[in-house]
Amino acid sequence: MNVHQSLTAAEPVETLSPLAHPPITADAMVRFERVAKAYPGYRDKPSVQALKDIDFAIPRGSITGVIGRSGAGKSSLVRLINGLEKPSSGRVVVDGRDISGLSGRDLRLAQRSIGMIFQHFNLLSSRTAADNIALPLEIAGWSRRDIAVRVAELLELVGIADKYDRYPSELSGGQKQRIGIARALATRPNVLLSDEATSALDPQTTRSILDLLANINRELGVTIVLITHEMSVVRQLAKEVAVIDGGHIVERGHVADIFTHPAHPVTQAFLSEVIGDSVPVSLASRLQPRPVAGGRAVIRVQVRGAAAGDTIVARLARELSIDVALLSARIDEIGGQHVGSLSLGIPGGEAAADKAALYLSQNNFPAERLGYVA
Amino acid sequence: MSRELLNLIVQATGESLFMVSIAALIATAFGLPIGVFLATSRKGELFAAPAVNSVLGIIVNATRSTPFIILVVAIIPFTRLIAGTSIGSGAAIVPLTIAAMPFIARLVEAAIREVDAGLIETASSFGASPLQIVLKVLIPEALPGLVLALTLAVVSLLGYSAMVGAVGGGGLGDLGIRYGYQRFMPEMMLAVVVVLIALVQTVQTAGDYLARRVNRRLRHR
Repeated sequence: MNVHQSLTAAEPVETLSPLAHPPITADAMVRFERVAKAYPGYRDKPSVQALKDIDFAIPRGSITGVIGRSGAGKSSLVRLINGLEKPSSGRVVVDGRDISGLSGRDLRLAQRSIGMIFQHFNLLSSRTAADNIALPLEIAGWSRRDIAVRVAELLELVGIADKYDRYPSELSGGQKQRIGIARALATRPNVLLSDEATSALDPQTTRSILDLLANINRELGVTIVLITHEMSVVRQLAKEVAVIDGGHIVERGHVADIFTHPAHPVTQAFLSEVIGDSVPVSLASRLQPRPVAGGRAVIRVQVRGAAAGDTIVARLARELSIDVALLSARIDEIGGQHVGSLSLGIPGGEAAADKAALYLSQNNFPAERLGYVA
Repeated sequence: MSRELLNLIVQATGESLFMVSIAALIATAFGLPIGVFLATSRKGELFAAPAVNSVLGIIVNATRSTPFIILVVAIIPFTRLIAGTSIGSGAAIVPLTIAAMPFIARLVEAAIREVDAGLIETASSFGASPLQIVLKVLIPEALPGLVLALTLAVVSLLGYSAMVGAVGGGGLGDLGIRYGYQRFMPEMMLAVVVVLIALVQTVQTAGDYLARRVNRRLRHR
């Protein structure tokens, strides 16, 4: 028997279709309408189709993650929102206005209501923290006095009021990104675009920056669009997510739905980044393809969207009267749902293992037999 | 060395400084915008005008590849038109300016191109106009490089200013040729060379200091 033979093929898990997502409504902050983006090729090279048939909406006031591998088209997507790039076809509507149809002065005025933060912060090295934050206000033509008042507020908001006269070279990555956030919010935008804003930061600093963004979303009601290749960022911050691959949005919806029931291989790959889908090395090295006398069958159980406190292991042991051994477990919480996997040891040979796997599958815990251990 | 000769040196130094500073000022006034334009007008750039960029690039290269002494002679009619004469320190400012302008433009272009393209994108993202990007982002961020570029230009101008002496332009070069060489006064030649070295050292040191002062990429505290 194949070691990785699935015992669950006949029992598909109930999935929420991506189409179950609420339809495009008038209250979208950002709306992509059949957008495609191609870049002309160099010399004899063909043109590059970065985005194809993008049709989705970002709800007003939401925190929406756009996750994809590098080269998937995330950067192009976010640059269409603030008009740094123009779509080859289709429209991008931001706050009711077709930003893809604007140019020159009209575009520049519209860009003031869309803030953006960057992976490498992009602060001016020649300006202090306060003067960096002041830059968009100077560009918008604010008076010196108004700028001073606003900059003081912003420094307070992002928690670096004491660093106002420091130059970027004197600040840490986290502090620089706080300045970047303050600068992006200076002109009171409705939308904040984050282009891999935490990718250059260590995990602890990343957490504090994501907390700050969550606060800003809650207190100022700013719609946040997070472009990232890191699952942990989406998991911690976003409520909505779109998975992008090869220029297409392959899956989208509420974070909890998408990641408890991932349909697309790319989504599954991102998920396994967080919860891990491999068996611990110590266990894998002991696995054997055939039953071992007096040993146990190893069954891996997928946990997808189970409520906390689920008694599945206890029920399995009680109802089938078997001595279930817990060999490994990894369970995480995504959008309030439990996601992960358990490896269980089932004594009693092949028959018992089949029975256990069937029981688990019938209770919505997809199970697969990995092999046997002594 | 006699008081008379000393006076000659002081006077010639004054002439040289006069020629160089006026030429540097005018050449910068033209070279800076030309350099910024060269750095921002290729395809897809801020002031994209690839054709104008190419033509301007060719003119700049042509001027730079003409030996200075030939340039001085070649533009004598133009010098007369501007300065009314082709002899003396005032007239020498014309060829000095013309020679320094493309040199400064190329140095400025290089310094501006050093600025991270991400900063241009950032400024565009909050609605800055191309002119605002130049004035508020590119020039301030390139300032240390620009200071060093201008220092280099002034040092080169000091060298050129000595050369115009050979064609009656006045200044230290003129003094060195007429007294040091033609009247065979080695002490005069030596004095001229020493003054020139001192001037170059002073300009370079001041430029380096200033470039360090405006460079915020370095830690100061």
